[in-house]
Amino acid sequence: MPSPARSSRREPCLDTSPPDPQLSALYQELILDHYRRPRNKGTLEHATHAVSLNNPLCGDEIDLQLRVDDDIIKEARFIGRGCSISQAAASMMTQIVKDKSIPQALALADRMSAMMRGDDGAARDKALGELRALAGVSKFPVRIKCALLPWNALTDAVKP
Amino acid sequence: MLDVARLRADFPLLAQRENGHPLVYLDNAATTQKPQAVLDAIAEYYQNTNANVHRGAYDLAIRATEAYEAARAKLARFVNAWAPEGVVFTRGTTEAINLVAGSYGRANVKAGDSVVVTAMDHHSNLVPWQILCQEKGATLRMVEITEDGRIDLADFGRALERRPRIVAFPYVSNALGTVNPAAQLVKLAHAAGAVVVVDGAQSTPHLKVDLQALDCDFYALSGHKMLGPMGSGALVAKPELLEAMPPYHGGGEMISRVWDDHSTYNKIPHKFEAGTPNVEGAVGLAAAIGYLERIGPERIADHEQALAAAAIDKLTQIEGVTVYGPRARSDRAGVVSFTYGDIHPHDIATILDQDGICIRAGHHCTQPLMRRLNVTATARASFYLYNGLDEVDALAGALVKAGALFGYVPA
Repeated sequence: MPSPARSSRREPCLDTSPPDPQLSALYQELILDHYRRPRNKGTLEHATHAVSLNNPLCGDEIDLQLRVDDDIIKEARFIGRGCSISQAAASMMTQIVKDKSIPQALALADRMSAMMRGDDGAARDKALGELRALAGVSKFPVRIKCALLPWNALTDAVKP
Repeated sequence: MLDVARLRADFPLLAQRENGHPLVYLDNAATTQKPQAVLDAIAEYYQNTNANVHRGAYDLAIRATEAYEAARAKLARFVNAWAPEGVVFTRGTTEAINLVAGSYGRANVKAGDSVVVTAMDHHSNLVPWQILCQEKGATLRMVEITEDGRIDLADFGRALERRPRIVAFPYVSNALGTVNPAAQLVKLAHAAGAVVVVDGAQSTPHLKVDLQALDCDFYALSGHKMLGPMGSGALVAKPELLEAMPPYHGGGEMISRVWDDHSTYNKIPHKFEAGTPNVEGAVGLAAAIGYLERIGPERIADHEQALAAAAIDKLTQIEGVTVYGPRARSDRAGVVSFTYGDIHPHDIATILDQDGICIRAGHHCTQPLMRRLNVTATARASFYLYNGLDEVDALAGALVKAGALFGYVPA
């Protein structure tokens, strides 16, 4: 694209320097990979738990299905529409909760919330696996709800 | 183009920086910033004139009442209303449309009747009619839009064949920027015997509005989208329609005499202004109108069209960007809705915000329209008189950065 005219009032707008480090931290390759190639996207044949959640403010949607056997999440699948953060979080979550017990999954949901609140310990917690790539979201308060949407769906789904 | 640098000096908020960058405020279809003249008028009202209106026998209350009624007269002149008493102050467009649906609609729409809206209506010009039709057993008919984001006139004609009671449409689409052929639509709807409700939330701030020439029956507007305070707005109507309508809210101010079991009502517009009104809002709105009049609505419209045209030109040069709505410059207000490849609009908005650029991302309260565009959301830049071409450049530049983050263009 042609270089837009630069005005004296503004700073140069077509800046060729690498994007802001907070943004690079937010949009890591791993996140974009999960956004573009979501894992466990689809529906389950023998789901035992299902929940639909949406965020009416921004329109992010998730339909989450679980197959729970003997208190263990055997499989999780989702259908969703929304931003890269909500969809990547959903994709990563469905991977990490597989073969976890419900209390273990709920503990992960708590760690995820803590990481979103900016808790450094949570952001280093190996239990969160790839989800740690989402740590940068904590710097963007309006986007935290995006990252937590699938986890809220999970918490709702397994609620007794 | 307007002298943007000079105008911006009138808007204190625009001097601030966001994330280390000059603020580029491109969310004017959501709300506009306020010039010092409006802030001063509100402060002046509370410092010198504040009292409850239409009640006190003392001079201060008389001055407050005069300020409030002068604001009504000013708004009436600004939109060439049928008469000042045809101007009912409301909290904004939403309340004005709810007033029409709740009063005129409930009194005149019966089971089996139809009400016509369009697929580009804001939820506030859709949901009140849904509620009315559900209550009355009437049919709500949504007119389709064309590929390029205009009201489909053939479908509009088909909808009129049922001789609807009410036809509602937006003068300017908040999500696409389409300027609808309002006068033509009014004529067609009147020929079919309908009463016409025009959502003027996006037209009043941005183009010259002449209601007597437009000849609609009801017109709703919001003050905060035209440099005025939040919570100010109006329903502008043909006085004879208001006269015949039952009250909307009951309470003080709207009554004439109150008995134990019934009341008689005040004359219009007071019949529809129950309770202590938003006098501060009316006074601030009048100051905003003064500001807009000094520049001239036609010049504002030209300026915004030029900005929108420049934005469309710049954005469509970025591979992967899709701009929605009509291409013809004359059929557009200063609203540019777009998507960029598979980058979600919320991600675009977050990335632009890091450069101090405020745009809207979402469904813009037009979910039926989003479904027709086959998107869940769009990014929307909307301009006003204080925006300049350099801000269009900033928008395009930041979009290229978004493209780099998502791998569309080399970083």
